[in-house]
Amino acid sequence: MSAPGPDPAAPVGREATHVTLSREDVVHVARLARLDLSDEEVELFTAQLRTVLDHAADVAALDLSHLEPSSHPIALDNVLRPDQPRPSLDRDEVLAAAPDVEDYRFRVPRIVGDAP
Amino acid sequence: MTPPGTGRAATLAAAVRAGERSARQSVEDALTAAEAHNGELNVFLEVLADEARAQADAVDAAVAAGRDPGPLAGVPVALKDNLCTRGIPTTCGSRILDGWRPPYEATVVASLREAGAVVVGKTNMDEFAMGSSTENSAFGPTRNPLDTTKVPGGSSGGSAAAVAAGLAHLALGSDTGGSIRQPAALCGVVGMKPTYGRVSRYGLVAFASSLDQIGPFATTVEDAALLFDVLAGHDPMDSTSLPSAPEPTLPSLEEGAEGVRVGLCRSLVEGCAPDVAARVQQAADALSDAGAKVEEMSVPEFGYGLSAYYLIAPAEASSNLARYDGVRYGLRVGGDDVAAMNTATRTAGFGAEVKRRIMLGTYALSAGYYDAYYAQAQRVRTLVMRAFDRAYETVDVLLGATAPTTAFALGAKVNDPMAMYMNDVCTIPSNLSGHPAVSVPFGTGDDGLPVGVQVLAPALGEAMLFRVARVVEAHAPAGAPAAGGAA
Repeated sequence: MSAPGPDPAAPVGREATHVTLSREDVVHVARLARLDLSDEEVELFTAQLRTVLDHAADVAALDLSHLEPSSHPIALDNVLRPDQPRPSLDRDEVLAAAPDVEDYRFRVPRIVGDAP
Repeated sequence: MTPPGTGRAATLAAAVRAGERSARQSVEDALTAAEAHNGELNVFLEVLADEARAQADAVDAAVAAGRDPGPLAGVPVALKDNLCTRGIPTTCGSRILDGWRPPYEATVVASLREAGAVVVGKTNMDEFAMGSSTENSAFGPTRNPLDTTKVPGGSSGGSAAAVAAGLAHLALGSDTGGSIRQPAALCGVVGMKPTYGRVSRYGLVAFASSLDQIGPFATTVEDAALLFDVLAGHDPMDSTSLPSAPEPTLPSLEEGAEGVRVGLCRSLVEGCAPDVAARVQQAADALSDAGAKVEEMSVPEFGYGLSAYYLIAPAEASSNLARYDGVRYGLRVGGDDVAAMNTATRTAGFGAEVKRRIMLGTYALSAGYYDAYYAQAQRVRTLVMRAFDRAYETVDVLLGATAPTTAFALGAKVNDPMAMYMNDVCTIPSNLSGHPAVSVPFGTGDDGLPVGVQVLAPALGEAMLFRVARVVEAHAPAGAPAAGGAA
């Protein structure tokens, strides 16, 4: 497979549910989620996630085009507060929890360079 | 039959406030019980003996000085380990947060302390609250105190078991798809999920932010109401916290069910084992005898809730758990560059169920599948919310089962995710709608293990919810296993 993962041109809506989750989909999604799966885990997750998605097929097949999607149980409004200074988390306490710190900053391995 | 005014926490707090019992003694009793039983049950990930003693002494000092320490004076409380305790390890049952000490306190923890309660320990849970048996903890499963070969339910299984075993009078859990109510049912205690936004989520480590809600465990409905009243209220630190002032639920607790319209919801009973279904019917009959107008109804839309939930919750989880990247806190496993470090950290730090949910959510949100899965699930959410609205045009509360079966054997479902997810089929609708619901112990199944009956109410209907739950509790059949026996 030269281009693993979901086809960006896959049909949306009810049609897409006929697609069966493939092994390549699982490998692709694991990469997106920054997870490294063994071959055994890929096999297991492919089968298990298919079962869950098959169960969701009844929902995917419903015609609900007349309903708005709800992202939340209550109506969400932007919440504002007065722009007044107030204490933040204690810097030393926060940094003490970090795996690696240098000069009051979080230290990480290189971000740019000749990495793939 | 449980007479009013005998809640273990309510009784203890009254005695401590009156100077008749010492908070220190109640805490020593709880610590002794924890010492005796935690090895077998694995309820606590951390027992906070020193902190609890200091806090209890402060409560006793307040009483001695003539100050009121609050409505939960000297009451031992257990906290699910996804509630942040400043300077005290908070693991979420995960290796990725093993040893992490939060730099801030959850609002509910501050509320407990202000009310005079004493936190005695942090309880075991399914990793990041993903599970229905507490077997997904990185620190080993919790065992059901009523039968140690059985699971306590989950994901707040440690909190439910702590109260059932008498290691704490009260406990807090979180409920995203039933994670308070289902373990309460399986352990024979009361467990309640409040209206979304009624209790602050500040300091609750996020799983699925549009579904998560913190709520109480107790041995009686009165104690659960007492604890809920302490927790409820607006919090400026949680932008989804409801601004309205909460209505206390304790004053109307004993008003009975006369004239209350109860919908016996077939859709919340149909998939359940016959012995569970029989108890729900018996509870409906008891309410009817108590003067409630009980009518049978069906809400078929609830049948789509499970599928919708297992797309929405993983989608939100995949986003929320992106923060565990090895940079600012928790585990780090090295790599040549940041991406390799992120991947190595997450691969080593997360357990199988968390990985499964992250994968499922990432897939449901990915290009080409978003509309088919995630957006469609959100439309089902609208469908379920409208179905609730229609039901509440004719009834005040709904009645159903909490869990389809009594407690199942350790290991029975852990390798079959879909079978495990089915545990949540009766509890999920209230999370999708953001409505309150409570599980009340009501007799036993054929195996002698407790059955939970669920009462559901519309948004902000907590007072009516507890009132009806109190009637159900008062008519619970004798012979149910005694909760809270150990302390």
